[in-house]
Order: sequence, then C-alpha cells, then structure tokens
Amino acid sequence: MSDLSDLYQQVILDHNRRPRNRGKLPQATRVAHGDNPSCGDQCSVYLNLDGDKISEITFDGNGCAISQASASLMTTQLKGKTATEAETLFNEFHEIVTSGKEPEDISDVAAFAGVHAFPARIKCATLGWHAALNALKGEDVPATTETHND
Amino acid sequence: MLNWDSVRADFPVLNQQVNGKPLVYLDNAATVQKPRIVIQSLVDYYERDNSNVHRGLHALSMRATNGYEGARTRVAKFINAADPAEIIFTRGTTESINLVAHSWSKAHLKPGDVILTTEIEHHSNLVPWQQAAKASGATLKYVPVLGENAEGGLDLDALDELLTPEVKLFAFTHISNTLGSINPINEFCRRARAVGAITVIDAAQSIGHVPLDVRELDCDFLAFSGHKMCGPTGIGVLYGKQELLDKLAPDETGGGMVVTVDYEGATWKPSPERFEAGTPNIADAIGLAAACDYLDSLDRDAIAKHDHELGQLAYEKLSTIPGIRILGPVKDRCGVVSFAFPDIHAHDIVTFADKDGLALRGGHHCNQPLMRKLGLTGTTRASFYIYNTAEEIDVLVASLSRIQKFFGE
Repeated sequence: MSDLSDLYQQVILDHNRRPRNRGKLPQATRVAHGDNPSCGDQCSVYLNLDGDKISEITFDGNGCAISQASASLMTTQLKGKTATEAETLFNEFHEIVTSGKEPEDISDVAAFAGVHAFPARIKCATLGWHAALNALKGEDVPATTETHND
Repeated sequence: MLNWDSVRADFPVLNQQVNGKPLVYLDNAATVQKPRIVIQSLVDYYERDNSNVHRGLHALSMRATNGYEGARTRVAKFINAADPAEIIFTRGTTESINLVAHSWSKAHLKPGDVILTTEIEHHSNLVPWQQAAKASGATLKYVPVLGENAEGGLDLDALDELLTPEVKLFAFTHISNTLGSINPINEFCRRARAVGAITVIDAAQSIGHVPLDVRELDCDFLAFSGHKMCGPTGIGVLYGKQELLDKLAPDETGGGMVVTVDYEGATWKPSPERFEAGTPNIADAIGLAAACDYLDSLDRDAIAKHDHELGQLAYEKLSTIPGIRILGPVKDRCGVVSFAFPDIHAHDIVTFADKDGLALRGGHHCNQPLMRKLGLTGTTRASFYIYNTAEEIDVLVASLSRIQKFFGE
C-alpha cells in the first residue's frame, strides 16, 4: 500500500501552499486553458516567447494540491526552454507520474513519482502541462484531460 | 423498533477492510449498496428463468415475462401508483427526465411558454430542460436558493412571482443531492396545478429514503433510479399519470412498442410498452422489485427517521471543526452533508480519507451552476444510508481533523 506522504511530498505541499508564478500574465502572447471535466480542475497557462525560448510563464486556476503544485513547479522548469525542450520535459514528467520511476538526476520533479500509485490523480498532475504544450503550439483551444490517454 | 445491526449484516459489501481500515461507506448519494436479497434475485433470474419477455410461448419466456411485469406491479405499489401501466422502466432518472423533456416538450411547448425549475437541480434535471427550451423557444426560469451556504432553501416568495400561467412545466428535485435539503413537493405540486402547469419530480435522492405516494402528491411525472434504493444499476422508472402517457408520443421506436408495422409506417402500443422499445432490462427490473420488497420489510418511516438523525448528527459534529463551511439547512435536513475548507481541495480530502477506509465524494456533484453561485469549485460530500452508524460519523470527523493538520503544517 502506498503511503499518503508518498503522494503528498513536502515539495508538493510547499508548491501548493506557496505557488510560484501564479496569476495572469497581462501581456501574454500565448494562452491556453486546461480542464479536467471529471473533477472540475481548471488551469490556464500564459506565456511569452523570446525567439524560440519561453521568456515568461505563469498559470492560474483552481484544483487539488497535486494539480496546483504540478503547474507551479512546471512554470519554474519551463522558463528559458524551447518548445522542443518543453516537450521532452513533459515526456520525462509523464514517465515519472505513470511509472513511479524517479529520474536519475534528483530534482523536485521526483516528488511526483508517488502519483503513479494513485491512477485517478495522474490527470491532475498533467493538467498544467497539457495547457502549456497547447499554448506553445499556439493552439488556444481548451486542453482537456479527457482527450488524452493519461 | 428496527435492529440496525441486523440491517447492516444484510449488505455483504460492507464487511471488508479498505487500506487496512474497516470500510466506512459514506457515498450513498452517488449509489447505495445492495442487500443480499437483491443480489440473489439477479442470480436466481439468470440461473433459472433467463429468457426474452413478451410474445414468448415457452416456459422460460413466460417466467421472465411474469417476473418483469410483476416488477412493474411491485414498483407501482411502492409509490402507490393507480396502475402498473403508469410505470415505465428506463435506465435511470436521467433517461426518465429526458423522455419527458423530449416527448412532452415537443408536443406542448412553444415560444412564450415558460419551463420553471430551480437553482439546486442536478444536471440531469437541468440540462434536458435547457435543451427543451432551446428546441421549443420556451424560456427557462429558476426558483432561487437562499443564503450564502444555500441554507435557506428555495425562495418561496420568488415562486409566487415565477409561477405564472405562462409556466407549462415545473421540474424540481425532492431532496438535493448536494445540500441535503428537502423541498416542499406537496406545496409545489399544488401551486403548479393552480396555474395549470404539469409537474416533474426528480426523486433520485428521496426514493430510497422517504415514503413516496404519487397519488397523494398528485404529481404528473416522477423519476427515480433503482441503484439509489438498493436496486441494481441500469434500471430506473418514469412514473406518469395515465392520461398524460396515453397522449405522449414515444421518444424511441423499434421492436416491442408497435401494434402494426407496414412499409409506410407503424402504430404504437399503449403505455408502458410504447416507451420501452427493444429488449428491456429484465433482470434489473426484477432486482428492483426485490429492493422494493426489502425496503418495505424494514418500515420506510423508520428509514426516513434514521436518515434524518444521521444527517443532523453529522451536521452538528462537523460544525465543531474549525474553518469548515457546511452547505444546506441547519435543521430539517436529510442524510446528505456537503462541506468545504478554504485551503484544502475536495479531491485531496477524498484521497486522504480513503486511506482511513472512508468512501466520500468530492467535486461539483453535478451541480456546477449552484457551486458557482456559492463561490465554490466543489465540496466534499458525506451521505448516509440505512446501514450507517453514529460511530462512522466519528471516524469521519477524526479523519478530517487529521487532514486539516496534514495540510496546515
């Protein structure tokens, strides 16, 4: 049996309590919105590009500790990254939350490994990421977790 | 006096541990557990009688037909309908309401008419009316709910203004699946009749909890689901007054509901067959009849009292938790208690409580507009049934206190 402290690691509780880069980005050139219809969680991601790199990124919305902490941590990871790098980071993150395998380089993202034992919560952890990737593609269409297989 | 311990022993699923703790099942507003007698009725049917109904001349088909039609008679008696032909079997409350929203609305609603409903309806008694209004050009209006925690019930003064002769249909829930409030449905039916409006009652949350008598209510339609009254999933009922059903066109067509068919067209059987195209859900109708037997064997007034007492006790004990916000009435409530904490999301609470063996539900409870009105994205809901105990409320309160400590550290 997986313990709750595996799911709610300190990193997650901390990002939930003190979210980073939270709020609308008034001058954002890219915006995308994510919805998880099964639980009502919402997440909007705002970003600006400098060339092909993300120069500014914020999120807002509401949802459980997992979804909010994940979006918060994601913004800290994606700043300065290109769309291709963002996609790679998402794939790594996705692997962590679905397999529970912790990454070789110890980072805060490892805190999300515990999510894999709670399959219903994987969508919570990936909601912000789906919105961010849509924003990067310039698709201002709502990202819904229901259209993805995770 | 009912022996509640022996009632609990009737439900095999309750005798288990979840995450190493005794299961405390408090998700009864979503679905209730099944007593052995209902489970056995399904096994018996499939092991002895399984066949298709109607037109069958062999022994098994006759047994299946008797079982299925006997179930209709049993359900009619359960809600005191005048005639079994007033009982239409559906998949559940949602399909029942949709049948009225499609068939009745299509024949009767026009621009300028008003469909009246309330601000506290489940999506199943809301979205079908939005669609019916769009299709017909009628206007949809809502009876408002009072109080910042919806503790004041529906605004009966507003109802005076809203219930005009333009209202052709008034659809309302009996018991709110989110607030635990009980609507004055006798009064609603009487006042709707006074302006010539037909009434549609969503009895999903009340059917297994309080006695219902459609003739005393004098309602026009009443919808409920079997799985919320100890019956199987996938079976529900639309009760309709005979004179209305006789004039109502079918929503679905096909086999079993026709008298004659030629290449040019077809003619319909009377109710209830007219509304039951295709092979019906025979086994689950029989299971639903067993659930009626079971609930009647317990004394439905005693069930209602138990439900009310647990709801009241839960409200009072939860009120002692600092920072909690509880929705719905302070008094005269039933066993549905939904609550929120300012900084802890409902899904985190449900995940945490699950580790204590508690089955709760978190989210908008198919009440998105109501949540928005109350400034909430969701709540956690504890809902009770005949097998729940006062001790289980203590388990809930203790778990919530631990959750608060965990997220507050």
